Amino acid sequence: MSMQQDLAPTNGDDVIQNYTINFGPQHPAAHGVLRLVMELDGEIVERLDPHIGLLHRGTEKLIEYKTYLQALPYFDRLDYASPMAMEHSYVLAVEKLLDLEVPLRAQYLRVLFAELTRIKNHTLNIAHHIIDVGAMTPPLWLYEIREDIMGFYERASGARMHAAWFRPGGVHQDVPLKLLTDIAEWLDDRMPRLFEDAMSLVVDNRIFKQRNVDIAIVSKEDAIKWGFSGPMIRGAGIPWDIRKSQPYDVYDRMEFDIPVGTRGDCYDRFMVRVEEVRQSVRIMKQCLQQMPEGPVCSDDRKVVPPKRAEMKQSMEALIHHFKLYTEGFKVPAGSVYVATESPKGEFGVYLVADGSNKPYRCKIRPTAFSHLQAMDFMTRGHMLADTTAILGALDIVFGECDR
Amino acid sequence: MTHSAPLVTTPVGTIEAISKALGKHLVSIEEANNEIAVHIHRDALVECMIKLRDECAYQQLMEIAGVDWPDRDPRFEVVYCLLSLTKNHRIRVHLVTNEDHPVPSVTGIWPVAGWLEREVFDMYGVLFSGNTDLRRILTDYGFAGHPQRKDFPLSGYVELRYSEEEKRVKYEPVQLAQDFRNFDFLSPWEGADYILPGDENTGEDAGKAAPPPTPKTTDTATQTGAGKAANKEAVKRSVRKPTATGDKA
Repeated sequence: MSMQQDLAPTNGDDVIQNYTINFGPQHPAAHGVLRLVMELDGEIVERLDPHIGLLHRGTEKLIEYKTYLQALPYFDRLDYASPMAMEHSYVLAVEKLLDLEVPLRAQYLRVLFAELTRIKNHTLNIAHHIIDVGAMTPPLWLYEIREDIMGFYERASGARMHAAWFRPGGVHQDVPLKLLTDIAEWLDDRMPRLFEDAMSLVVDNRIFKQRNVDIAIVSKEDAIKWGFSGPMIRGAGIPWDIRKSQPYDVYDRMEFDIPVGTRGDCYDRFMVRVEEVRQSVRIMKQCLQQMPEGPVCSDDRKVVPPKRAEMKQSMEALIHHFKLYTEGFKVPAGSVYVATESPKGEFGVYLVADGSNKPYRCKIRPTAFSHLQAMDFMTRGHMLADTTAILGALDIVFGECDR
Repeated sequence: MTHSAPLVTTPVGTIEAISKALGKHLVSIEEANNEIAVHIHRDALVECMIKLRDECAYQQLMEIAGVDWPDRDPRFEVVYCLLSLTKNHRIRVHLVTNEDHPVPSVTGIWPVAGWLEREVFDMYGVLFSGNTDLRRILTDYGFAGHPQRKDFPLSGYVELRYSEEEKRVKYEPVQLAQDFRNFDFLSPWEGADYILPGDENTGEDAGKAAPPPTPKTTDTATQTGAGKAANKEAVKRSVRKPTATGDKA
């Protein structure tokens, strides 16, 4: 730059300085409302400052004013690409404080739907990563998978996205048998066909590799220092998965492999997600095979409301129902930090209870916070066009990042 | 243990190892809900974190959470959640502070702390000395106040709308068509913090509340205000009154 300035005054040429551009907040490749202030030297990114908080809704503050059950639906709205995975951390945190036992069938159902959610999230992210670097067909095929999954969501919970289906003590309602057989058929036939078709177009594609291989390499040390988790830390080559190392629900009974990257670039992170989809299919098949019959919710009537049919017969049930939907249940004083392996990484809930019916403090640990923060050093020295590939491989959803 | 939350087994001797490593900087260490909480002195944070990272192998900082306790003297609690990838274990490091005393920044140890500290600053107004980029992060540009404090109202102070006349976004004081309704669902028999009428003389608070007024008693018939004498009085009064007013008229 300084050389340019020294040589500048010739024939009226303009001196080219570093210039700053504003990416977003309304940009299709920003995956939501992200504003990136980028300092460019020509087309090389020198510095990048993400401005977040444009989708901040004060979820944590709102939760402090709601009972434990009323706070649950807020979690669906955090990462709206993987709603049930968000609920999972919260219900486990509440159950840990209550020391509440969950029936086995409910644990299997939760794992089944958590993995379904993982596929839902990864197909969306893979699709958007591909579209960000310029391909159009694979995303359309992947959206078919996502559409099927939303159908399954609706059949289980009544809602296509914001399910509120995981509840402290189990799940809200049992699923019909036909849904489980349909999911099994889908896993055997339609899902792998659609997914492998779409992937066959991408994974060995020359253009896709040119855009992703050796872009934004993250070393193991950097991944640890920057608090990476999920596919980001596995892409950097560290075999860390909370489902394996700190199993919750019935993950300790599942057999699955953890894919890790070898180079730590965008292509590795992409391929880790692709393989995780296949592993999720494996886990879901095991869930369907092993799932026992039985109740889907704890029968602790001081926490879990009775079913409506029971209320018609029993005065006791009617009282419990009324009390639990007005006052709610009380959680003993204490604090826990519960983190689960959400599709995007470690999604944690630090819950402080003061013994009343409302959380005293509910700190949500979003995965996107640490990943997006690291984007500055990951992008430095790359071309402007690479930022979309890097951002796509980060897998950011702003509902979760901004809370 | 009956719950199905993530299974973290504390390695034998962890508490002793941490207490030994931190030495005099440690305030207390406790295990509750199968999680270890380490309370340390605020000023020794950086040394403690380096020891925890290098000697006790807690390599990753996952989260920094603020908690507001308006009744306590150093009002704010800052909680650091650490994760050990090698020991497969988690601990929490707690310290207390107030608005005036900055917490040493750990950005030198973990660069990820940069945004996490910015968030605690934004939400609670806790200062971090050594964080070179302590801007607000989640709230609006030019926002005033620290919304996660317990004395900050849920509805906030300003709302914004797009003004068609002025062709810009306008900030105005919050005007709610209906007040925010905070129902008291707590059962009065358990957990409510007010005294029910009639319960003043029971329980711990007996004697503290003002004694109820002595009820009026009647021992004889004359005290009841009934009978012949009372009737005469009543007649006299009712007769006299109209005359008195009539005279005046």
